[in-house]
Amino acid sequence: MEDCLVLDDVGVRFGGLKAVDGVSLRVPAGQRRAIIGPNGAGKTTLFNAVTGVVRATSGRVLLEGRDVTRLPVHARAHRGMGRTFQITNLFPRLTVIENMHLALRGLSPRRFALLGEDRLDAAERARVEAALGLSRLAGRLDREVRELSYGEQRQLEMAMALATEPRLLLLDEPAAGLSPVERAIVSDIIRALPRAMTVVLIEHDMDLVLSLVDWVTCLDNGRLLVEAAPDAIRGDARVQEVYLGKARHDA
Amino acid sequence: MPRAGPSLPRLGVALGVLLFAALPLVLPTYQVSVATRILVFSLLAVSIDVLAGYTGRTPLGHGAIFGVSTYVTIYWVTVAGGSPWAGMALGVLAATGLAAVFALLAVRTSGVYFLLLTLALGMVVWGVCLRWSTVTGGENGLRGSVRPAALASQVSFYYAVLALVLAATFLVWRLVRSPFGLTLRGIRDSESRMRALGYNVPLHLFIAFTLSGMAAGVAGAAYALFNEFVSPTTVSLAQSVQGLLMAIVGGVGTLFGGFIGAAAIIVLENTVSFYTERWQTVMGLMFVLLMIFAPEGVIGRGLALLRRRR
Repeated sequence: MEDCLVLDDVGVRFGGLKAVDGVSLRVPAGQRRAIIGPNGAGKTTLFNAVTGVVRATSGRVLLEGRDVTRLPVHARAHRGMGRTFQITNLFPRLTVIENMHLALRGLSPRRFALLGEDRLDAAERARVEAALGLSRLAGRLDREVRELSYGEQRQLEMAMALATEPRLLLLDEPAAGLSPVERAIVSDIIRALPRAMTVVLIEHDMDLVLSLVDWVTCLDNGRLLVEAAPDAIRGDARVQEVYLGKARHDA
Repeated sequence: MPRAGPSLPRLGVALGVLLFAALPLVLPTYQVSVATRILVFSLLAVSIDVLAGYTGRTPLGHGAIFGVSTYVTIYWVTVAGGSPWAGMALGVLAATGLAAVFALLAVRTSGVYFLLLTLALGMVVWGVCLRWSTVTGGENGLRGSVRPAALASQVSFYYAVLALVLAATFLVWRLVRSPFGLTLRGIRDSESRMRALGYNVPLHLFIAFTLSGMAAGVAGAAYALFNEFVSPTTVSLAQSVQGLLMAIVGGVGTLFGGFIGAAAIIVLENTVSFYTERWQTVMGLMFVLLMIFAPEGVIGRGLALLRRRR
C-alpha cells in the first residue's frame, strides 16, 4: 500500500535542545496510527513539524510522496492535510455554522469572494451535515461557539477538520480534558471516520488509543523508541519503562 | 451569513438614512456643513472599523491615508490645474497605494505591534507632508477652490457627499458580510486555526487593509472638496486617533457605529466649544464615562441589550 505520510530522519532543534532527533516513520494510506510517549518525548513538536507550525531543522516530511518540508501551514492544508488542536482552537465569537463555513472555504476559491452573501451549494451542505452529524452537533448551528460546553467544542474541533475532507487527519490529543462519557463520544467519532482517511493521533490516554488504532509509535526523549501493534505495545517492557519508570530489580 | 439579521437593525439603518436625507430641509446652512463633516468622518470611521472590528487589528495610521487622498486631490486641482473629479480619483488611488505599502509592512503583526507600526508609518507621512514644502506647502498647507461649480451650494454638496458615503458604506458592508469578510472575523478569533484550514492569513489581511485604505481615501477625497484646505494636521496622529475614537464610540465591529460615533463627537465638539474653551476636557470625561458604562460602544451596547431581551 502507498505511504500517505513519510518522515525521513526528521529533527527539530531549538538552539541546543533537540526536541525531535532523527525520527523516521511511514504511515500507509488508510492506517490509524497513534504517537505516544511521556511528557516531553517530542510528540507535539513532531506533530508541529508535520503540520508546518515549526520547520524541521533536518530531514524531510513527505505527504503522498511529495516533499512538504518547507511548505507553510496553509499550503500543506491545500495538499490534503487537516488537523485538530490539543487546546480547543475555534472561532469563539462566531456561530457553529460560521465555523463550518470557514472550514469549508479554506480550500475553495470562494474564500476570496468580496461581495455577496455566503451560500452553500448542495454538495457543501451535505458535507457540513455529515460532519456535524458524525460529531453530534446537528441542531446547534446558530449557537455562538463560546456558548457551547467544552465537550461540544471538542466535537466541533473534529467536525471542522472532517468538513475539509483531508486525506491525512492529524488529531492532537482529541480527548484532552474530557469526561469519560465525552471520551466515548470522541472515540466513536474517530471509529466512524471513513476508512480511506489516514489518521495520526497523539494521545496520553493509553486505553483510548490502543482500542482505536492499527499501529503505535512510541517516542522517548525525541527519539523513536518502538513501533508495534497495540497489543504488543501493551506488553512492551520499554514502553512500560518510559511510562512508569524503571523497574527496581533490587527491591 | 445564514443567520437572518433581526429586523430592528435594518429598521435603524433605514431610519438613519432617512434622517440624513431630511437634515438639510430643517437645518440652517452652517449646520448643513457640520452634517457634511459628520458624513465624511463617518466613512473614515467605517474604514477603520473594517480593521479594528473585523480583523481585530487596531490601526493608528488611517488619518495619514485619509489625508494623503486630501493632499493629492487639492494638489491636482490647485497646483496642477486638473479637474476635481480626476483629482478625487487620483486621491483615492494614492490612498489605496499608500495603504498597500502600510499593509505589506504591518500584516505580519498584531496587537500592540500593529498599533505602533501603523502609528509610526502615519508619522512618516506626517513628517513628509510637513517638510516637503515645495509640494505640500509645508505648515501653510494647500488652499484653493476645489469644489466643482455644480456642487457650489451647501445643500447640493451635502447630498453629493451623502450619496458617495452611503454608496461606499454599502460596498464596505457587503464586503464584511461576504465570504471574504467572514475570513477576517476568523482571523480575529484564531489565526492558527485559519492557517490549518488552508487560509493564507497575511494575504487576507493585506487585501482587507488595502480595501479599508481605499475607503479612507474616498473619505479623504470628499474632505478635500469639503474643506478646500489641507495641512499636516489632516494627516496627523490626532486625525487617526479621532477616526478610531469615532469607531469606538459607535461600537467596534458594528460598521454603522461609525456614523453614530462621528455624529456624537462632531456635535459635541461644536456644542461644547460654544460654551467653554475647555471643551477637550469635557470630551475626555465623556470618553471615560463611555468606556466605563458602555465599552462596546453605542450600537454594540444596543445590540447586547437586544440580545439579552430575546
